[in-house]
Amino acid sequence: MPNPIEAAASATPRAVARRIRGLSDRTIAWLFVAPTIFLLLAINIFPLIWTVRLSFTNFAANKPNAEVKWVGLRNYIRILTDDGIWANMQTTAHFLLWTLFFQVVLGFTLAWLINRKFKGNDLLTTLIVLPMMLSPAVVGNFWTFLYQPQIGLVNYVVEVVTGTPASSFSMLGPGGLAKWSIVIVDTWMWTPFVMLICLAGLRSIPDYIYEAAEVDRASKWRQFWTLTVPMVLPFLMLAVLFRGIENFKMFDMVVLLTGGGPGNETLLASIDLKREAFEKWRTGYSSAYAIILFVTVFGLASIYVKALNKVKER
Amino acid sequence: MSAYSITEPTRRSKWVAALLVTLYTVITLLPLVWIISTGFKSGQDSISYPPKVVFQPSLEGYVNLFTTRTRVSSDEFGNLPPPATWYDEIVRDQGMVIAGPSRFGERFLNSVIIGFGSTFLSIVLGTLAAYAFSRFKVPLKDDLLFFILSTRMMPPIAVAIPIFLMYRSLGLSDTHLGMILLYTAVNISLAVWLLKGFIDEIPREYEEAALIDGYTRFQAFRKVVLPQAATGIASTAIFCLIFAWNEYAFAVLLTSGTAQTAPPFIPTIIGVGGQDWPAVAAGATIFLLPVMIFTILLRKHLLRGITFGAVRK
Repeated sequence: MPNPIEAAASATPRAVARRIRGLSDRTIAWLFVAPTIFLLLAINIFPLIWTVRLSFTNFAANKPNAEVKWVGLRNYIRILTDDGIWANMQTTAHFLLWTLFFQVVLGFTLAWLINRKFKGNDLLTTLIVLPMMLSPAVVGNFWTFLYQPQIGLVNYVVEVVTGTPASSFSMLGPGGLAKWSIVIVDTWMWTPFVMLICLAGLRSIPDYIYEAAEVDRASKWRQFWTLTVPMVLPFLMLAVLFRGIENFKMFDMVVLLTGGGPGNETLLASIDLKREAFEKWRTGYSSAYAIILFVTVFGLASIYVKALNKVKER
Repeated sequence: MSAYSITEPTRRSKWVAALLVTLYTVITLLPLVWIISTGFKSGQDSISYPPKVVFQPSLEGYVNLFTTRTRVSSDEFGNLPPPATWYDEIVRDQGMVIAGPSRFGERFLNSVIIGFGSTFLSIVLGTLAAYAFSRFKVPLKDDLLFFILSTRMMPPIAVAIPIFLMYRSLGLSDTHLGMILLYTAVNISLAVWLLKGFIDEIPREYEEAALIDGYTRFQAFRKVVLPQAATGIASTAIFCLIFAWNEYAFAVLLTSGTAQTAPPFIPTIIGVGGQDWPAVAAGATIFLLPVMIFTILLRKHLLRGITFGAVRK
């Protein structure tokens, strides 16, 4: 295909041609991309490489003048053989799997209902979406008020609905409820995210497919499992990918709700990492911890994306 | 018979759906309604049991949010001149006097400065890069785009350690500039991906026509592409702004005074014996309302924004 710019340039006098072209496209491309790449190298990649370097030392950021020693793989070995850290990983997995489960079930159901296109569904969708756009820190902090023992709104609602006395349990205190309390808040916040993506998936299914199924006398039940679910699946998997990465990194909402307590019941890996790095100041050790977490999320995400692409190809 | 589709849901199923979705909406909005209403409760009302739905509205929370107060003994109380303003009176009713303004105003202003500063930078850099990725053959384009996206997968704490050290030695700790640069670096991936999608949708023919008319590439970009991409740029900007506005992890680790934003500050608002809930709720209301309004304005582009442009509808 002849390039219209070239054609225009060759047909005009040289001085004009130069003006048309100004800088060459290649120069402009580099000029435009360079600031972004530079910024990312300076504030993302350079720090990451620095983290890797620190992870092989015993450096402590609160003692910048102390002698720094290379310790080889010692930090990594200590982390991978530490029972406490495996317990945190289990806490993280509990949070991750249950939030994903509830958000997928609720999000898909809501999208499926909204897709009935009843009057006012747009307004309700906009209202439902509100929680996910808000600051997890500010909202998480306020949920501690809703979760207050004895007098909190949540305890009151539970008493009214189920008859369990409000003073007999504590959402954030000892008794094992705390790790469900954080799942509830995260589900409240992020169900709309899964819902929106599922809704896009449902709306992408053309009507004629269902019409054909009706003609073939496929039952509604069968249509749901053989048409709706497979066609929404790639969307749903994308939503799970986003939520999975985000919740693996989860810090703000949970740290303000429970701070990792009671005891270590809700100590997610990222909260533990923050304690090691910025409270105990074990910089070298926590750098290794950070790298392990990053590699884990990156590895899991890559495997998942491969699976997602397979589903898409089908 | 008018056009009738056999796939159209029945009236009854629409009713059931509407009912269930409305029920969910009411439940999901309850915590937000509670934040707003608690802001207008007195300290006593906020912690009464059973929780009060109907109450005497009070501006105690808002007054406490913006002031610091000291308790005065009953002897001294008699010697004070009568309260000069309505907010003096509200504080006196709690048995205290105003000692000075609180830091909430400053923290809120920091959120505004850092939010807008980083949004502006992300949009400028992001638009340039997105245009280049959309229109030119950039070597290793796909790898670069993936690299830009992958920076978003890093747990913030993982990069916070070296950034903390780096900022300390560069004198950027707890400065507006430091936070603006940091949030720009986090937001740039979103900006590039979203804007590339928006620019991809602008037909190339417009620019080519402009080039033939004697515009330089740069003029064509400025006078043809930018106006066409205005809506996309505006919604991308709002997404960047909301992210910077809500961010907590970096803010709490890297700022403590001068540049501290509102999210790390609001949870530290305390009164007598623990958090001063009406004041916290008042602060949260002021802080969350702009985002709620932006969300409603953005609703058409919401899906695109939260998926980095992966789902467009």
